[in-house]
Amino acid sequence: MSGSGAGMSLWRYAAMRIVQSLPLILGIIVINFLLINLAPGDPVTALIGDFPAPAEYIETVREQFGLDQSLGVRLLTYIGNVLQGELGFSFNYRVPVLELVLARLGRTLVLMITTIVFATAVGLGLGIMAAKWKDSPLDKFAVGFATVGYSIPVFWSGQLLILLFAVRLGWLPSSGLRSTRIAYEGLALYGDMARHMILPVLALSLRYIALTTRLTRSSLIETLNSDYVVAARTRGIPATRILWNHGLRAAATPIITIIGYHFTFIVAGSALVETVFGWPGVGRLMYESIGARDYPTLLGILLMVSIAVIIVNLITDIVYAFIDPRIKYD
Amino acid sequence: MTELRRIAYYFRRKHFAMFGLLLVLALVTVAVLAPQIAPNNPHAVSRDRFLSPGADARYPLGTDNLGRCVLSGVIYGTRVSLFVGLAAAATSTFIGILIGSMSGYFGGKTDAFLMRFTELFMTIPRFVLALIVVAFFGSGLDRLILVIGVLSWPGAARLVRSEFLSHRNLPYVDSGRVSGMSHLRLIFVEILPNIIPPVIVVATLDVATAILLEASLGFFGLGDPNLRSWGGMLSRAQSHIRTAWWMSVFPGSAIAVTVLGFNLVGDGLNEAANPRMQIEGGST
Repeated sequence: MSGSGAGMSLWRYAAMRIVQSLPLILGIIVINFLLINLAPGDPVTALIGDFPAPAEYIETVREQFGLDQSLGVRLLTYIGNVLQGELGFSFNYRVPVLELVLARLGRTLVLMITTIVFATAVGLGLGIMAAKWKDSPLDKFAVGFATVGYSIPVFWSGQLLILLFAVRLGWLPSSGLRSTRIAYEGLALYGDMARHMILPVLALSLRYIALTTRLTRSSLIETLNSDYVVAARTRGIPATRILWNHGLRAAATPIITIIGYHFTFIVAGSALVETVFGWPGVGRLMYESIGARDYPTLLGILLMVSIAVIIVNLITDIVYAFIDPRIKYD
Repeated sequence: MTELRRIAYYFRRKHFAMFGLLLVLALVTVAVLAPQIAPNNPHAVSRDRFLSPGADARYPLGTDNLGRCVLSGVIYGTRVSLFVGLAAAATSTFIGILIGSMSGYFGGKTDAFLMRFTELFMTIPRFVLALIVVAFFGSGLDRLILVIGVLSWPGAARLVRSEFLSHRNLPYVDSGRVSGMSHLRLIFVEILPNIIPPVIVVATLDVATAILLEASLGFFGLGDPNLRSWGGMLSRAQSHIRTAWWMSVFPGSAIAVTVLGFNLVGDGLNEAANPRMQIEGGST
């Protein structure tokens, strides 16, 4: 059936990848279950958190999660509960965990997506210039920046940005989602929120820019030295056109891969950055929940973030297959 | 031996790799000689709170909110970071070798299963899982090492697997198999020694990632409560960022310099061992 066209096999590939993701989701639910049951003390503590819950609520949780049943029955009950979106109740915030995390998710996603777009653009630009003028001072700067940027912990770059732009220069706010003293409305409110986002996004971007720069540079240099590019050059095709037509196409694939594979790292980074900048997203929620020993919230975050990672990996894999026709669908 | 000589030659020529090596050696020296170098007991609180650097000759880098010496904290923090980094990377490399070698050597269903398992571990947000495990089980040094090590092996496993895949059908392995060597002997005595250089590269880069992860956990207040660590110092600095910049700047620089050192050595070894291929480092 080799003549059926790439479209068909791409769809089949996408469907196959979706089916392959299901065991991963199941695996993550099982890991959550193991954490609850292996934690020292009564598993009910892991399901409720360290709070003086009313006795009847504890009884309800025991019943709902089948805690007096055998381990196998408990596992099935737990999987059933999770699949119905039953992630427990946060005593710290007095709302169901699912609702709590979903309410915060948007703010974290805004931070993450802005970072990915900004950092990919800057990293691509820097990487392209470094590869085009290899061994120039600019290239040396880009390589140095990438190496150092990759070694700085995000929470510390956040603190440095606060020290410089908020404490010393007083140009930008150091924390929060919006100003508390002035109540902005309409467009001004968005402007105010954007101002609050500048420093967190910069802090979160640093490592990501470093990574993208490195990868773009190395894959472009490799492509520009390959036989077909050298052949294109000897045929007199302008260097810039070669760069755009061949180079970037080749560089696009590793970039998409890092967006997928390093999504987990952006998740970790945004947790730390949100804590530094008091950004009220999922990361900040995690920090607060550790302090409050709010275990169901922590476990709910782990589950939902893991599923988000699986979905992002799935999307990048499919986009990757779409862009790079050489990929084998197996 | 020739491999070693080639790497030594490379390090002499590439200044950045040499610089990284010197950084790491300097840090190890600081860690070993901490009691001799540190001007004060890192835990000793005093009434001299928030002294800025240079304000008092007894505290060259100032004091924190409890009047503790920042310089002594940074010096003793080197011990925590290096110990956790090295021990966790050793743990993850060991697990990676076990899983990767089985996967690559046996292939087929074993490989498929182990790789799905590895993929699962790569999917889980390591930092979030580490936070939860440490929050549940406590944050002693041994647990930190175990948690970071157990969550960091997939990179090593994938590398070892691909190396085993390319070795398993080479003539020397075939002849070993024909002469009746056991699988264990083939894996650990025949093949493994041949793939040590790339494994060392991954292990070195893993040290850098483990140090970052330990610092991140410390920043979230989940470091070993009995030790002064760089992450813990930065966590305290966060509450006093407007009054005491030195509480943030010095421990943070220490983390950055240490991670940079191991990354430079790892990159240098990588290029020396394999000039064309780039092994991708892990992430927090």
